[in-house]
Amino acid sequence: MKLRDVSRARLAGITPGVVLGLALALFACGGGGDRNVIKVGEFASLTGNTATFGQSSHKGSVLAFEEVNQAGGLLGKKVELESEDDQSKPEEARTAVLKLIRQDGAVAILGEVASSRSLAAAPEAQRAHVPMVSPASTNPQVTQVGDYIFRACFIDPVQGGTMARFAYQDLGVRRAAVLVDVKNDYSVGLADFFVKTFQQLGGQVVARESYSEGDIEFRAQLTKIRETDPQAIFVPGYYTEVGLIAQQARELGITVPLLGGDGWDSPVTLQIGKDAVNGAYFSNHYAADDPSERVQGFITKFRQRWEGETPDAMAVLGYDAARMLADAIQRAGSTDPQKIRDALAATKDFPGVSGNITMDAERNARKPVVILKIEDGKVHFVKALEP
Amino acid sequence: MEAFFQQLVNGIAWGGIYALIALGYTMVYGVLKLINFAHGEVYMMGAMSGYYSARWLGLSERPGAASLLAALGIAMAFCAALGAAIERVAYRPLRRAPRLAPLITAIGVSLFFQNAGQLVFGADPKVAPQLLETREVLRFGEVGVTNLQLVILGVASALCVALTFVVQRTRVGRAMRAVAFDRETAALMGVPIDRVIAFTFALGSALAAAAGILVSLSNPKVDPLMGLMPGLKAFVAAVLGGIGSLPGAMLGGVLMGIAETLVAGYLSSTYRDAIAFVILIVILVLRPAGLLGHAAKEKV
Amino acid sequence: MPAERRLPRGLHAVALLLALFAFDRAVALLHNPYFSQVLVLVAVNVILAVSLNLILGFTGQFSLGHAGFFGIGMYVAAAISVHAGGPILAFLHEVLHLPLPAGRTLFFLLLLGAGGAAAAATGVVVGLPSLRLQGDYLAIATLGFGEIIRIVILNIEAVGGARGLSVVSSIPAYDVRYEGLFAVYTVAVASILLVARLVYSTRGRAYLAVRDDEIAVESLGTSPTRVKTEAFVVGAALAGVAGVLFSQSQGYVHTNSFTFLRSVEAVAFVVLGGMGSITGSILAASALTVAPELLRSVADYRMVAYSLVMIGMMLLRPEGLFGTRELTLGGLRRLLGRRTRVAGTTP
Repeated sequence: MKLRDVSRARLAGITPGVVLGLALALFACGGGGDRNVIKVGEFASLTGNTATFGQSSHKGSVLAFEEVNQAGGLLGKKVELESEDDQSKPEEARTAVLKLIRQDGAVAILGEVASSRSLAAAPEAQRAHVPMVSPASTNPQVTQVGDYIFRACFIDPVQGGTMARFAYQDLGVRRAAVLVDVKNDYSVGLADFFVKTFQQLGGQVVARESYSEGDIEFRAQLTKIRETDPQAIFVPGYYTEVGLIAQQARELGITVPLLGGDGWDSPVTLQIGKDAVNGAYFSNHYAADDPSERVQGFITKFRQRWEGETPDAMAVLGYDAARMLADAIQRAGSTDPQKIRDALAATKDFPGVSGNITMDAERNARKPVVILKIEDGKVHFVKALEP
Repeated sequence: MEAFFQQLVNGIAWGGIYALIALGYTMVYGVLKLINFAHGEVYMMGAMSGYYSARWLGLSERPGAASLLAALGIAMAFCAALGAAIERVAYRPLRRAPRLAPLITAIGVSLFFQNAGQLVFGADPKVAPQLLETREVLRFGEVGVTNLQLVILGVASALCVALTFVVQRTRVGRAMRAVAFDRETAALMGVPIDRVIAFTFALGSALAAAAGILVSLSNPKVDPLMGLMPGLKAFVAAVLGGIGSLPGAMLGGVLMGIAETLVAGYLSSTYRDAIAFVILIVILVLRPAGLLGHAAKEKV
Repeated sequence: MPAERRLPRGLHAVALLLALFAFDRAVALLHNPYFSQVLVLVAVNVILAVSLNLILGFTGQFSLGHAGFFGIGMYVAAAISVHAGGPILAFLHEVLHLPLPAGRTLFFLLLLGAGGAAAAATGVVVGLPSLRLQGDYLAIATLGFGEIIRIVILNIEAVGGARGLSVVSSIPAYDVRYEGLFAVYTVAVASILLVARLVYSTRGRAYLAVRDDEIAVESLGTSPTRVKTEAFVVGAALAGVAGVLFSQSQGYVHTNSFTFLRSVEAVAFVVLGGMGSITGSILAASALTVAPELLRSVADYRMVAYSLVMIGMMLLRPEGLFGTRELTLGGLRRLLGRRTRVAGTTP
């Protein structure tokens, strides 16, 4: 092997040249704007470790805009949904939003499911004054980024607090254990506010154990929880894990009810959990057994569009966020981002699948929290609680 | 005290899963001196093929030993072919290349299956068919043991014995040992190197498939990224027991399962994932040959 | 470039800085933050690639934990900025009466130093036990350390755990983020020059010697472990510096930004560009950062393509595009003149 001595100056001279060349190629790719369509951007985790949630919300949004276009579009124009994948990475989310705003000229942005990626991207939407609607980011900080950031879901304090009140007041639970997905900000957020509210009410949190997304073995944590003899276990995780957790809990002879949040809302919970999830309660945006046309119609349409797939909570929220945005553009009577923002902020009693949505002063969706119970392999409505 | 025994049972059962995956790992490594990074993905493909074959053949409607054996057979045959194909495409051309090269293709193969899997199968988790009813078969006070836990441990031990027989007592096993000991000399003695290595890969991959099916019995969730962590941890288990040693893989797997369970049960569940790598580093520094391995001459 | 070579040394640096400044201004004129974002990620990836090349390409040590050091730099910078940034800037400005830009530059340098030092210190802790291992064992051990770093950060409540951490100042008047391509690219160029200087020096030959024949090195009375650790620690420190730039430019840090996959990406840059070629790493990292942006319409397939490129490269050209050779202007001129050889081939 022969080594050549390289002039450092030459080496350095090459770098900017190469970078500049690549950069020019990138810049040349900027798309032009079509005047007859309204461009809405969407960023979602279509690949990567949380792809299943991003794909769900994406399917909901796609369905929503297809409906809008079938009904004649908005302001006499078709809506074009430009979707970008962020590979479940925060920096990619930021890049995607910048691209949607700058290259595609999106008038508004939908996204993201995960609060971490919404937090990474929201400052850019805010800086560019383009309204952004997150379907499912529950961390309160997301909309605190600025007055252009909205969400179509509850925030952690609302959902966690409601479940704590339900457990304490309706189920009479005084000793609760918490099993949290430590790699997931949604799960950690719900757990924190559940614990806070539950303790304020006078309850005792006897154990706080954790797992990581993708785990399949929870017996060690559950055995530890069993020792503390709780009256209920709060598992604010996603449907990808809760079924297995329920099964293993029953196997270990834990019979107390499991409690959860909207992350449970998916057929997968029942398919994996089977009998083990019977008797469990979870909070959600709507009840699938709600006979109203709004809910049943949505479920039917979703199944038709996506090969018989049953919508989960992410799909519902993706759909509602898109419909809410379409409604705001219609009311704004313009595609001017600032007018869309004002119209979004004025959203009142918007009839979403996930309930009647009203934007509060913090740009969070206010809607009742629905408590559901799983019995005989079916999900039943228990009660609706105002936040 | 009952809690401790329950944790021990949890740990041993969980370790059985690592042991199953580690058996295939250790065999391939023993012969080729190559970490087959894609072993975890073959395990995933095993579980996937079990899922699809059970769906297409309607096996889940008739749970029982026959259905389980059918699913096992299909998955093992499919993965044996897959493993041999991976070896042919990604590793064989690099047998004379520097050692980093096949390691990098191994990572490439692993990434390929994870991402192509997400495209082909979808990212959403699938519910593995219940081919065997879960029952509690043993109970001491509050400590319960299920039939699935026993099946996993039983199959792992049986495979360990069967493999030891293959490696120690058969012609092809002797060829495998010869290749592992000194590839050049074995070739000179007329051992068909390529065929022996392909066979080793097929066998190792069939074991991974068996692990995939058995794991999805007790933990019925199948998704394209399921192989990554178990694959890495099973490798640690193989190193702990002594890489290349079949009883070592068994022992290493069970010890890993116990260690993870005890860390989660008595220290903090947040550090459960870290313990495997701590064990790896400690064992490599203190006793690189592993618990049951022979001190290698040129390794490490 | 004979003309340039005659310039006095100091002028080189001045000319380089002026060029970087002009680059920064030129990009700023475009008013396109998307463009700037991609350029920042290019620079960050280039530093990651070049620093890993020092470990993997030049010294031959397979590290799969490079993202861990990147994460340390990222989180150290973010934590200092959030928890102490405002007061430090206020102190520099109000007590020491430094002008605000000077104070902010000083603070940025402090972050670079802290992030780099923390990553280097971790590099020592990781390197000392693991560098006794070889090949695949080393790969898995470093992978393990990378994961351990991630798990530990996930469990530190002061930096947000799973929620991540937004880099905002506790005192709004004092912005803790130091953005701009000038800063990022100056640091990137400095890192490249550092590595180039290191490997193409007499001392640097020890790295190559360790890669090619460890026993020979030992028999010459040089400790391979010491050489390996040195390369490993320098590489780790630079990865930490890349992390600082990342956290300052993104304004938000999260553990999902330095998963095992980022380590693999860094390996792909080095492998593709050529193990032992600095310019190769620069080119590969730039191309693999920009190409996915150009190919967004087929984004679903990019990781599949990535993996196939890794496999194909190893099978067809295991030494990478450039092998151990560097692309130079002279080489380029020869190539254009003769058109007979591949870029950078030894004449």
